[in-house]
Amino acid sequence: MLEELTEKFERVLKKVTGQGRLTEENISETLREIRRVLLDADVNYKVAKQFIEDVKVKALGKEVLTSITPGQLITKIIYDELTRLLGGNGAEIKLNPSGITTIMLIGLQGCGKTTFSAKLARLLKSKKRDVLLVAADVYRPAAVNQLKILGKQIDVPVFSIDDSKDPVKIAEDALEYARQNKLNTVIIDTAGRLHIDEEMMREAAAIKAKVNPTETLFVVDSMTGQDAVNSAKAFHEKVDFDGIVITKLDGDSRGGCVLSIRAVVDRPVKFVSAGEKLDSIEVFYPDRLASRILGK
Amino acid sequence: SGKAKVDEETLEELEEVLITSDIGSQIAEEIIEKARALFKKESDRSVDNFKKIIKEELEAVLSQAKTNGEIDLSQKPYVIVIIGVNGSGKTTSVGKLAYNFKRSGLKVKIGSADTFRAAANDQLEIWANKAGVDIISTNTKEPSAVAFDTIKAAQKDGTDIVIIDTAGRLHTQKNLMDELNKIHRVINNLLPYAPNEILMVLDGTAGQNAVRQVEEFEKYTKPTGIIITKLDGTAKGGVIFRIISEKKIPVKYIGVGEGIEDLQDFSPKEFIEAMFGN
Ligand SMILES: Nc1nc2c(ncn2[C@@H]2O[C@H](COP(=O)(O)OP(=O)(O)OP(=O)(O)O)[C@@H](O)[C@H]2O)c(=O)[nH]1
Ligand SMILES: Nc1nc2c(ncn2[C@@H]2O[C@H](COP(=O)(O)OP(=O)(O)OP(=O)(O)O)[C@@H](O)[C@H]2O)c(=O)[nH]1
Ligand SMILES: [K+]
Ligand SMILES: [Mg+2]
Ligand SMILES: [Mg+2]
Repeated sequence: MLEELTEKFERVLKKVTGQGRLTEENISETLREIRRVLLDADVNYKVAKQFIEDVKVKALGKEVLTSITPGQLITKIIYDELTRLLGGNGAEIKLNPSGITTIMLIGLQGCGKTTFSAKLARLLKSKKRDVLLVAADVYRPAAVNQLKILGKQIDVPVFSIDDSKDPVKIAEDALEYARQNKLNTVIIDTAGRLHIDEEMMREAAAIKAKVNPTETLFVVDSMTGQDAVNSAKAFHEKVDFDGIVITKLDGDSRGGCVLSIRAVVDRPVKFVSAGEKLDSIEVFYPDRLASRILGK
Repeated sequence: SGKAKVDEETLEELEEVLITSDIGSQIAEEIIEKARALFKKESDRSVDNFKKIIKEELEAVLSQAKTNGEIDLSQKPYVIVIIGVNGSGKTTSVGKLAYNFKRSGLKVKIGSADTFRAAANDQLEIWANKAGVDIISTNTKEPSAVAFDTIKAAQKDGTDIVIIDTAGRLHTQKNLMDELNKIHRVINNLLPYAPNEILMVLDGTAGQNAVRQVEEFEKYTKPTGIIITKLDGTAKGGVIFRIISEKKIPVKYIGVGEGIEDLQDFSPKEFIEAMFGN
């Protein structure tokens, strides 16, 4: 497991073998190495610092068994800790057993909301749900058309009011439309917005208040850097969300932002996405992301 | 606390400023070490002076890559290709750039070579209309053919500047990366001096992976400049320090909003001040 990192630790931990115990002294260089790994994976500065503290506490005094090298031991400690912090397996999407399930997607500009709404629609449709996509982004040029094209590709209807500039009304009318047409699942795509844009954040909160979604999902680009803590915190405080979606994992970003977000917002990752195609939607495995953050 | 002493706490605070700006752990360490060495010889022992030295070091990094200055219109059209990963802000930046050039009295033509993303063409058409410039969006499914058609049309009507928008792609998509290379070759076959600029658009909220993005794109079509977008948020875009220092590619513009006027020339001084929250 994590050979490269383990090797790195072996090198700085050479001294430990024979001593048989991890001590403050002999792991300090290792901790610095872990810190570097985390920062290079885009884990937030403060989050990395806390993580190192916790690992140190866990590691100190640990016996180095004969069957395991100190490098392997420390790798296992941080891997386990990372996996734990990233969250448990299989946080399923909540579905409303009776009545309409409404899912609202929020996030920064360009993170992949619109594409993901179609991916989710496709998935839920395959589970025999009757899905309606809702185009509630009235700002981005051609956002409505983008969703319509995606909807057509997966044969899911798209609700829009083409001349409306009122996303709250669009969402409200969409629910009414779903009711009338016996559609049990509504997915609302919203405009990308900055977490510091008060007016736009109020708008997202207003849509949410109006439709009272079964699930509100915060979509995050896996390539995001240090600022992820700020945007996640603000979206959480101003709109609130039930789960997280990580996109663009088909690149080779290490995805440390997920650890940062999980550290400031206690919400599970519900899906990951690793491709532009509409079948690119997967459940989240914390252990896989832990390996990825540590460099595979 | 302008006169306060530089202690461990100060150093840590400054390190935090640098690292939370996405500058990367290595370059942050290097800059602080360098500043410490320089500071030893200073008679002004204040934190302010230490900060000043750090800022000078940061500026020195940014000065390692120079932009190629004025646009040379001795041969027309001047061709700009816009590249980058998904959702970084390419299409929006094309609209903003077109608007800026148009306003400075130039004749602009946009080529819509994103034949991949849903409604990419509609999106770009809206931007072209806003900017008041022509757009070539042939129905062919071949992006390099769109580039070809745009340049042909530009030659015919004396267009000054051609801007080609391309689809977002991650470098793990080999076929799409090859396509970039093909676009480059088609342009170069028509105009041996072109493309004049290959601007890579980076999302300002991106972390260390942005360096890899540039590295990988370079293998297919070498960026001559960077546009870093979304700096109207709280992200600082510090990863450009690594890109400039490791890749020697200059930053040309920054994106500071979703409006057509929200593209600015890159100013190293202002960029650094913004990192420190000024
Ligand atoms: N490679 C890759 N691209 C993705 C993924 N998810 C989305 N994209 C691409 O990212 C770009 C932006 O996606 P959108 O779905 O338009 O993002 P958005 O959040 O709706 O954007 P705004 O509405 O402008 O805020 C598009 O080019 C998508 O094809 C993914 O998992 N992998
Ligand atoms: N706040 C802010 N948003 C921006 C900026 N530049 C672009 N955006 C937004 O980011 C999102 C993606 O922008 P696009 O121009 O479609 O990005 P793209 O790179 O062309 O995307 P693909 O073609 O799908 O790869 C849109 O919602 C834009 O409005 C900027 O400087 N600031
Ligand atoms: K992005
Ligand atoms: Mg969208
Ligand atoms: Mg685009």
